[in-house]
Amino acid sequence: MRVPLSNSKERTASAKNGENLRRRSFLKFAGFATASTAVMLSGCKEVLDKLPYPVDVDPDDYVLKTVRLGKGDTGVLNYAYTLEQLEAEFYIQVVAASGFASMFNYYEQRSLREIRDHEVVHRDFLKAALGDKAIGQLKFDFKAVNFEDKQSILQTAKTFEDLGVAAYNGAGKRLASPDLLTIAGKIVSVEARHASIIRSLVDTDPTSFAGDDIIDMNGLDLAYEPAKVLEAANPFILNKIDASEL
Amino acid sequence: MNIFDLLTTVDPQKINLDEQMASGRRAMFRQLGDWGKKMALGAIPFGAATLSSKNAMAAHEDNVDVLNFALLLEYLESEFYIMGLDTIVPKGTDDEKVFMQISKHEKQHVEFLQKTIKSLGGMPIDKPAFDFTAGGAFMPFSDYDQFKVLSQAFEDTGVRAYKGQAANLMDNDTLLTAALQIHSVEARHAAKIRMMRDEFGWIYFNHRGRGMPYATQPVYKGENMSKQAGIELKTITTVEEGGFTAAFDEPLTKEEVTAIASLFLKK
Repeated sequence: MRVPLSNSKERTASAKNGENLRRRSFLKFAGFATASTAVMLSGCKEVLDKLPYPVDVDPDDYVLKTVRLGKGDTGVLNYAYTLEQLEAEFYIQVVAASGFASMFNYYEQRSLREIRDHEVVHRDFLKAALGDKAIGQLKFDFKAVNFEDKQSILQTAKTFEDLGVAAYNGAGKRLASPDLLTIAGKIVSVEARHASIIRSLVDTDPTSFAGDDIIDMNGLDLAYEPAKVLEAANPFILNKIDASEL
Repeated sequence: MNIFDLLTTVDPQKINLDEQMASGRRAMFRQLGDWGKKMALGAIPFGAATLSSKNAMAAHEDNVDVLNFALLLEYLESEFYIMGLDTIVPKGTDDEKVFMQISKHEKQHVEFLQKTIKSLGGMPIDKPAFDFTAGGAFMPFSDYDQFKVLSQAFEDTGVRAYKGQAANLMDNDTLLTAALQIHSVEARHAAKIRMMRDEFGWIYFNHRGRGMPYATQPVYKGENMSKQAGIELKTITTVEEGGFTAAFDEPLTKEEVTAIASLFLKK
């Protein structure tokens, strides 16, 4: 099957069929190229590599934009905005699940609702702070999560919160502005509070809130470089994230 | 402060300067006031190199001061948990496991800071004598609720203290990252203790929370910020104030933290 792809709004009915997902994940890896007009897709990588960069297609289409985070402090904030979008969308779905009220007790429900609120605030704040430099709304894929299963939800939450802490801890040194560093600090400790609570809800080991699996022999938390964070987040993000300028 | 100005002012510097130069300049403009900062970034080009060695020394002394300030807090926390585990924390309980884990981290932080200060050629301060009754106001080692109250206050103070000093470590990536890594551990501790006190894990407005005596209010002063980076939060999000103040933890200055810690120094 051949699907025309162009920068214009042209598209075919076949773009909406069941091939979408497979094709979309394949297309995430589209790279640099010079072509700017229509390119014929035959499903082979050589052709995909010639796609325009960034892949400039309506986000509602079957191909998602490659998202460039940018450089300097803008890039770091867009990186944070990527993770906050991911977390916000996840918790929105958690709280909206039909079994939410029956799966979780009062303390858990209120904690999860409020964590959702915090992530939404982080997302909205970063978007506002970035202004016209903000990346767009990303598309997410939570098919690995069962939103009707308590364990699945809390394990995913644990992964995201620990990852968020590690991401902010690792990115602090990349910020040039002391004011933005302080802002990042204001957010990361709230992520660490989330991580501590979520771990306490999901793990039976009473030391899990700051467990030996994450805190090292000097009593230091995780700090990850963006490449490691994005690799871990990648299965949940449909867009390709280009952090090469960070 | 307008975040857009900051971003547009700072970005070009990051493009054009190598990392070493950028670090030196960061250290330099850190010493200038907020208003001078943007001007300095634009006005001081590569002549900065002539100032760099002097700067490096100043930054080094600053770093030792910051780490010694952190060490004071870690001494306080470390001793508090050792004494609590010896006296009031119920043996053989999950609570004991929690406090043993926290105690372990505080001891590790003490040793890490001492080691780091020495590696910078500095001298770690000695552990002062503490009075955890604060002159008779608290009985943490005979009243378990009070032990948890002070534990929450110390951890929430620790979070705010490290946050307030992060920008003072910007000239040294390794120190900055380590400080952030301690900062988030303190926040994990704080949330856990809050949960053990039947509280939620974060700080609403500037509320110290149920059962926290008024004497602990300085720990929560100024936590109710309605603006971040000049942005009025209620104008950009649908989340209510209780949520958006809890979504950001606020820093304390060195002076504010010292005033809190001083209450627990033996007179």
